[in-house]
Amino acid sequence: MMDWEVVIGLEVHVQLKTKSKMFCSCSTDFDSLPNENICPICTGQPGVLPKINRRAIELALIASKILNCKINRISRFARKNYFYPDLPKNYQISQYEEPIGYDGYLELPSGKRIGIMRVHQEEDTGKLLHYIGSRKLDYSLIDFNRSGIPLLEIVSKPDIRSPEEAVEYLTFLRLNLIYAGISDCDMEKGSLRCDANLSVRRKGEKELGVKVEVKNMNSFKSVKDALSYEARRQIKLLEKGEKIIQETRLWDERGGVTKSMRRKEYAHDYRYFPDPDLVELEFDEEFLNEVFSKIPELPLERRRRYIDELSLSEYEADVFISNKEASDFFEEVIKGENDKSFFKEASSWILNDLLGILNERKLSFNELKLKPEHLKELVKLKISGKITSKIGKEIFPVMLEKGEFPSKLLKELDMEQIQDEDEIRRICSCVLKENQKVVEDYKKGKKQAIGRLVGEVMKKTRGRANPRAVNEILRNLLESSP
Amino acid sequence: MSIKEIVEGIKNKKIKAKEVVEECLKEIRERDKGVNSFITVFEEDAIKEGELIDRNLEDLKDKKLLGVPISIKDNILVKGKRTTAGSKILENYIATYDATVVKRLKEEGAIIIGKTNMDEFAFGSSTETSYFGPTRNPVDIERVPGGSSGGSAASVSAGFVPCSLGSDTGGSIRQPASFCGVFGLKPTYGRVSRYGLIAFASSLDQIGPFAKNTFDLALIMEVIAGYDEYDSTSLNEEVPEYSKDIENFDIKGVKIGLPDEYFELGVDSEIKDRILGICKKLEEEGSIIERIKLPHTKYAVSVYYIVAPSEASSNLARYDGVKYGYSNRNGKDLIEDYFLTRRDGFGEEAKRRIIIGTFALSSGYYDAYYLKAQKVRTLIKRDFEEAFKKVDFIITPTSPQVPFKIGEILDPISMYMQDVFTIPASLAGIPGLNFPAGRNKDGLPIGLQILGKKLSEREIFCFSFFLEKILEKEVMDHG
Ligand SMILES: [Zn+2]
Repeated sequence: MMDWEVVIGLEVHVQLKTKSKMFCSCSTDFDSLPNENICPICTGQPGVLPKINRRAIELALIASKILNCKINRISRFARKNYFYPDLPKNYQISQYEEPIGYDGYLELPSGKRIGIMRVHQEEDTGKLLHYIGSRKLDYSLIDFNRSGIPLLEIVSKPDIRSPEEAVEYLTFLRLNLIYAGISDCDMEKGSLRCDANLSVRRKGEKELGVKVEVKNMNSFKSVKDALSYEARRQIKLLEKGEKIIQETRLWDERGGVTKSMRRKEYAHDYRYFPDPDLVELEFDEEFLNEVFSKIPELPLERRRRYIDELSLSEYEADVFISNKEASDFFEEVIKGENDKSFFKEASSWILNDLLGILNERKLSFNELKLKPEHLKELVKLKISGKITSKIGKEIFPVMLEKGEFPSKLLKELDMEQIQDEDEIRRICSCVLKENQKVVEDYKKGKKQAIGRLVGEVMKKTRGRANPRAVNEILRNLLESSP
Repeated sequence: MSIKEIVEGIKNKKIKAKEVVEECLKEIRERDKGVNSFITVFEEDAIKEGELIDRNLEDLKDKKLLGVPISIKDNILVKGKRTTAGSKILENYIATYDATVVKRLKEEGAIIIGKTNMDEFAFGSSTETSYFGPTRNPVDIERVPGGSSGGSAASVSAGFVPCSLGSDTGGSIRQPASFCGVFGLKPTYGRVSRYGLIAFASSLDQIGPFAKNTFDLALIMEVIAGYDEYDSTSLNEEVPEYSKDIENFDIKGVKIGLPDEYFELGVDSEIKDRILGICKKLEEEGSIIERIKLPHTKYAVSVYYIVAPSEASSNLARYDGVKYGYSNRNGKDLIEDYFLTRRDGFGEEAKRRIIIGTFALSSGYYDAYYLKAQKVRTLIKRDFEEAFKKVDFIITPTSPQVPFKIGEILDPISMYMQDVFTIPASLAGIPGLNFPAGRNKDGLPIGLQILGKKLSEREIFCFSFFLEKILEKEVMDHG
């Protein structure tokens, strides 16, 4: 194993985040009934013509830009011809010689750059259904809802050197695409799909080995498992002196193996040619600047800001950037604030309290009743000393449940701070009387004993006193009594 | 009756729209058996629409084509109606939407009478390859009407309808217009939306009108032309009112080019003499006739028969028996179903072109054929650009021959050569009009082709209108 180097290139397909399809105005809604979102164009009726979705083009340009690609100022669509029932025109509108972007890279957080060969746009196919429930049909059904949905294909150069690095690349690519608003990148919904090309060679060798295409990997874990398996398989063969056959292999999740699908010799001749139904796309400087001016903050930029400007820890920053919903929620909470202790406190509530509860209840941020402004008020109450941590922790679950401002809930639940100083002084005196032993310790010079007295006062007031005020009053009382 | 007479008559209540429709239907019923220009006739619906117009006359008075019966080539979709493209594979296909041109015609009050016969998927120059049998030329029913829009040309020529829509990919409007002795225009590529036209060769296809005079032709164009967001290749340029001030034309100093390549060997001498005779007349009226050269003309047919079948092979891939149309499911698997469906569903010429196109696009051949053809196409385009720097119009014969007999041309290459004078303008994307230039000694129509630069339809109409007037005068003078 040690003498071998694994060489991986990834082909990632993501569904662009558009309301309508690539070449017609049908909805891209995922939850629709089969064949609900179809029209003459996306079912390939005679006489129809494609009509380009401008938003999809903008997103493809943004993706190319954030992947540091060169942009083809004149880009073109091409027809990829092949017969299959899920492809209503029996050709797919894709790009061939003039993709939107080419020759870029993605810099991983580790600093390593993975080259990007090309970023091109294409339309998705429909879906064939061979089962109803668990019953296998003796015919097939076609759902054209996906037909014509805009996809972006991002092809990396063979720069990836291990299955772990493949997952690192995918994770970070996904994050960037999510932050830039290009795609939801939800593998379960099929809005991110990944195929790989993998070969192995002896370390130090310059020539690439024979590559095998690996398909059907449905999660990042299966990418890692499939590529690890495939690398081992190839190395084993080569060590036995056998040859690798160029082919496509499917990952069998259950069996934990890759299985041969078809030999590359039988590869299709797709007869690509420029689609005469679509005119060339021409991008001038002004248009590109306009599009690029709308690129939102990317994960690495946000991470840097959290650390440098908000003084969050690297750990906190990392958790936030890997969870955009949490980070966006945080952004709302800290909007208009510039106090570092506020950032810290807000971050702590989200990362230490909120995330745990969401995970536990399997909820997402948009299902939350708690709104950022509610948390904002809680953080303010806390750092101004108007509530204690204890009260904070008590009121927080109520806020989650009711979706209300903490000030309102505190009043309703009679948990507001005791404002009357005489009342606090009365309780303090009471505590001093009940804890003569501790008072004596204090007077003997054990100044830290005051902490226990504060604790007793807080217990008596169910946390409704301001600990700082209690501390001061107790000190006064202790110092003034003989 | 001309379009103008129909519209005026209905507006002024001299005639009812329903009567106009009924008259058309009666003619079709009585005489189309011998011609076979229609695949489908919308008897009931057309009468209903006529009645509707008569009932709502007050609200419809500004409609440009009020109550005008029109026939539509059967590769243009009319919602809810069968649209076959002359093929078995779409024998029972019902259109789910209106083509943009059909929508525009309906909006201006036109009444669609029926769908006309055509070469299968517009592959042909004689309307003999239709699954629904050949159309015959109303001038001489032993002869072909030309193609592929032979049904449309014949329906106008026979007097069934005053106008029709066809499509032209390499001459499919101009050549049948020439053979049937009517006016026909292939517009500038992109001038008329292709949305709803069953694609043959997307970079060449254009829908255009047939009529009995220039004014009517211009009026139809005025309605159907213009940008359409559903066709990315349609031109976003304003449409002039072609029929307005059509008589405002000054022939003095107008330069007309006669390309040598179009008058060389292979052109029927009677046709040649007639065209040159008309040019002589134009010269007498004050125009300047110049001999010009279009040196790449000789490659046009070859280029066309690479580009057009290549695009067609891809455009016709959707007819697979899976979603709609003819389907043969007796195969042992999916692939065999595809083979059987397409073997039985397509005619011989369609299969020939699919095979040629598939071959030309195949890897290893693409550069030598498709790419090379596209390069030569650019040269042909440039020929015209250069020519139009020197002249205002180019005049040529539309076809090298008068209509031939049904079954006379069997060899595909000879058939392909029928379009030798119409193909170059298609490749260049420029407009071309067939002007019916009288008859030969056997009484068969002769066609004169007027070519202009891109988007010069207005000038072409004015010129054609002028020519019509001086030739009418000629007939009156000499009887
Ligand atoms: Zn659609």
